[in-house]
Amino acid sequence: MKAAVLVFPGSNCDRDLAVALRGAGFDVEMVWHKETALPKVDVVGVPGGFSYGDYLRCGAIAAQSPIATALKAHAEAGGYVMGVCNGCQILAETGLLPGALLRNAGLKYICKTVPLVVETADSAFTSGYAQGDTIDIPIAHHDGNYTADADTLAMLKAEDRIAFTYGDNPNGSDADIAGILSANRRVLGMMPHPERRAEAVHGGTDGAAMFTGLADALVSA
Amino acid sequence: MKARVTVMLKNGVLDPQGEAVRSALGNLGFAGVEGVRQGKLIELDLADGTSEADINDMCEKLLANTVIESYSVELA
Repeated sequence: MKAAVLVFPGSNCDRDLAVALRGAGFDVEMVWHKETALPKVDVVGVPGGFSYGDYLRCGAIAAQSPIATALKAHAEAGGYVMGVCNGCQILAETGLLPGALLRNAGLKYICKTVPLVVETADSAFTSGYAQGDTIDIPIAHHDGNYTADADTLAMLKAEDRIAFTYGDNPNGSDADIAGILSANRRVLGMMPHPERRAEAVHGGTDGAAMFTGLADALVSA
Repeated sequence: MKARVTVMLKNGVLDPQGEAVRSALGNLGFAGVEGVRQGKLIELDLADGTSEADINDMCEKLLANTVIESYSVELA
């Protein structure tokens, strides 16, 4: 099983994401944003951070970087993609996921561990949980206020594509959304950081199942 | 040639920054500020003859996120 983690100028969770993927059994290669092709991998991780200094909009420049074209092609060919925090913003900016992330409703950067509700177990990322489980995962963002028009929200609900909601909405997100899936359920974007809750030393392991679930899906495929 | 692109959050998209500015103006004693919307002004220095279609393309592909933002272009 192979994974790539993209690295943009300003990424700062790239190594954490690589460690979590390695912990689940992946060989991980780091891929610089100026590359135009991905190595042959099963999963692409789009990490948190402040790519390109969050200039223009969070994730906007990264979504137009050379590697983004390869990322889109990987997703469109049915490859797995996991975008965390800034990675989630980048996936929204590329159009791989619907909606957009606005400034937090309270205007403050929020860094704390929050309860998430698992809304669907029907994806490789969430198969290690039961629907309705509450898990504790850290958030660390200034622009995590998910917004989408009413039709998009209705579609996400109808297609069971809301992966996680906040137990206690910290940032004003529509429908308490913390993470969503693509139509083929192989692209996950989420603002909270499962890679920061994947080992006992982190203070909890509630995030680990996202990485092991992904590994299990690939093994059984 | 120059173009000025104004990018604003669409009507109906909550603008928490604008709302904070509105509240601060109220705190300063300015009565009657009923709404503030904060956007971006982007000045483009362009080769002569750049088409308006190209500028709109720039807006659609990068300068504005049309999921949440609208834009207008003014040629100078």
